[in-house]
Amino acid sequence: MSRTLHTFKGGVHPPEHKAESNARPVHAAPLPRKLVIPLRQHIGNPAKPVVSVGERVLKGQLIGAADGYISAAVHASSSGTITAIGPALVPHASGLPDDCITIETDGLDEWITRTPLDYRALDPSELRMRLRDLGLAGLGGAAFPSAVKLDPGARHDCPTLILNGGECEPWITCDDVLMRQHADDILQGVAVMRHLLGSTEVIVGIEDNKPEAIAAMQAAAAKMDFATEVVAVPTIYPAGGAKQMVQTLTGKEVPSGKLSTDIGIQVFNVGTAYALARAVHRGEPLISRLVTVTGHVLRPQNVEALIGTPMQALIDVAGDRDGTTGVLMGGPMMGVPITNTGVPVIKATNCVLVKSRELFPPLPRALPCIRCTRCADACPAELQPQELFRFAKAGDFGRAQEYHLFDCIECGCCSYVCPSHIPLVDFYRYAKSEIWAREKEKRASDLARERHDFRQFRLEREKKEKAEKLAAKAKVKRAELAAAPAAEGAAAPSDADAKKALIAAALARAQAKKAEVAPKNVDHLPPEAQREIEEIEARRAKIREIAHQPLETDDKK
Amino acid sequence: MLEAILVMAFGAVVLGAALGYAAVRFRVEGDPLVEKIDAILPQTQCGQCGFPGCKPYAQAIAKGEAEINQCPPGGEEGIHKLADLLGREFKPLSAEHGIEKPKSVAFIDEQTCIGCTLCIQACPVDAISGAAKQMHTIIADECTGCELCLPPCPVDCISMVPIAEDLPHWKWKHPVIMLKEVP
Ligand code: SF4
Ligand code: SF4
Ligand code: SF4
Repeated sequence: MSRTLHTFKGGVHPPEHKAESNARPVHAAPLPRKLVIPLRQHIGNPAKPVVSVGERVLKGQLIGAADGYISAAVHASSSGTITAIGPALVPHASGLPDDCITIETDGLDEWITRTPLDYRALDPSELRMRLRDLGLAGLGGAAFPSAVKLDPGARHDCPTLILNGGECEPWITCDDVLMRQHADDILQGVAVMRHLLGSTEVIVGIEDNKPEAIAAMQAAAAKMDFATEVVAVPTIYPAGGAKQMVQTLTGKEVPSGKLSTDIGIQVFNVGTAYALARAVHRGEPLISRLVTVTGHVLRPQNVEALIGTPMQALIDVAGDRDGTTGVLMGGPMMGVPITNTGVPVIKATNCVLVKSRELFPPLPRALPCIRCTRCADACPAELQPQELFRFAKAGDFGRAQEYHLFDCIECGCCSYVCPSHIPLVDFYRYAKSEIWAREKEKRASDLARERHDFRQFRLEREKKEKAEKLAAKAKVKRAELAAAPAAEGAAAPSDADAKKALIAAALARAQAKKAEVAPKNVDHLPPEAQREIEEIEARRAKIREIAHQPLETDDKK
Repeated sequence: MLEAILVMAFGAVVLGAALGYAAVRFRVEGDPLVEKIDAILPQTQCGQCGFPGCKPYAQAIAKGEAEINQCPPGGEEGIHKLADLLGREFKPLSAEHGIEKPKSVAFIDEQTCIGCTLCIQACPVDAISGAAKQMHTIIADECTGCELCLPPCPVDCISMVPIAEDLPHWKWKHPVIMLKEVP
């Protein structure tokens, strides 16, 4: 425990509000009548439905298969009948619907047969595919498919594995409670991660405002057959950010635009390790998670909720109160506002935070930026938030990118300290999504340009081929014509040549007619005149010959 | 299985070679200005600007033969970008060339389609698949929304469907912040 800790720049100390919810025992939320399971719960491709409406499914049955490498499967959280596959409301800042599978539960909660995985015997890539099919995604909030993060890749190995128990956001306590209750299982999951990543060093970082969790994790670590260092880190928001945790524990800074794996470190949330242990040792897909329900409710607490349970059901468990002014999914710093509490709990739902006027007084109106640079002092990513704000507001996205907009982790420290109460993060989100949209448009127009150019090329080629074909035909005809006088009186032409012969005959007739109407004043000419005429005729023939030629010479290229 | 792979691989090689050849063959001999203008144009290839495609329009602009406000799909934003690039004055979109419309893709009513292939011949980016006397389908990802396939269709079975805003296409809006007035 003699690790020297490092500090990251910036950070803030918002009121913690952890005690409200971390003392009550954990209950499972009641089984809802209807489960709505979004197909897009993770970063990457949405899952593809593999069931149909009317089908009966069992708890834990695969209903949406992972589509591609960066994707994760989704499963039925309880047994019942599929009643709909299609757009339904999901927890997303846009409030827009997305594709979901709706299950009407039958109350039996009947499991599929679960088979534990012998992770040591399985080939690592096979094991990763199994984990992807068990729907594992990061439970810390970003929901990145875990199987991808568990791939050390060809080039980098991952000597250091960090388990993130930071949970720095105010109000949220689900990781705290999980560590207190399931420390052993969490470390079982870590064993699998270690196995897949080949890590030699395991560090668990926990903020020092969670002494019970630290004690529980230390007790569990002592029982494991590999060394795990449980480290208390100073409580400062956002110590639980992946890059901040890496810096605090190792002193290494993840370079701009890089991932922690690029410097040989992989970071997982404790909840993900727990889900991984359940997947490997019990064969259970990711169908439930701990959710903190807190804020303006009667009994703030953590509940074990099935994925797909409406958030309102959790608020009811915790005791709905009058005077609610809004609901956030996540914490007050980074949470997403939820406009309809009927939306389901998804894999990324760590907290349902109910707001009231007293707890979250509305922000005073924003004032112009006074360039006090307090935001820059608070920014843990060492950015210049006031400059980013200026560029984003003016739509100067190029400059915003030059100022490392994409290193912003949207932690909200800058907005938190801003004396002018400018919703800075909203501007960064706006700028980021505009930039992504433009990149998408650019790719689409590049594709269109390429396809158009290819079409032009194809049309040109077809035209040329046609011309060549015609030229070749003409050549054949001329050759025949030349041969025709010689063949006169010879054997009758073959059937196939009948048409050509007809044409040739017609031509011959025309020529004969021409000869008939030959000038009459050339009958009795002196020999000089005769020679002159012959010369002219020869020249004419030559010219005729040349006139035919260009078609042939054109053929060559 | 192996044959299938070989056939596909062969196809990929042939197409790749053809594309590569096209790239060399149709390279506009190093006029960087035309390339820059072309990069701004939306590549819808609709011809509304009065030229048979974006590249010819780009060439005309570069030669100073065309105004910069003739491309409806590019809209005001496109005109601003062209004005910045060329150091010309911004002008509103010229009405005679059309109006800016929400981005759409063509949709073929497959019940009505008679498989005449006329739309395939009209599509500037080969985004319609189908063979003679078989119903045709738009490859929505590749459709630029140019509307060139609408007039040739003898049974009027093609319509333009605006792209609805869905989750993957959703964007954060410019925050509305109310600045307090200075008294
Ligand atoms: S804290 Fe607010 S007022 Fe101060 S520089 Fe940053 S954005 Fe401007
Ligand atoms: S939200 Fe972004 S800019 Fe603001 S403090 Fe956090 S990382 Fe820095
Ligand atoms: S009007 Fe159509 S063809 Fe002309 S530049 Fe714009 S998108 Fe291209």
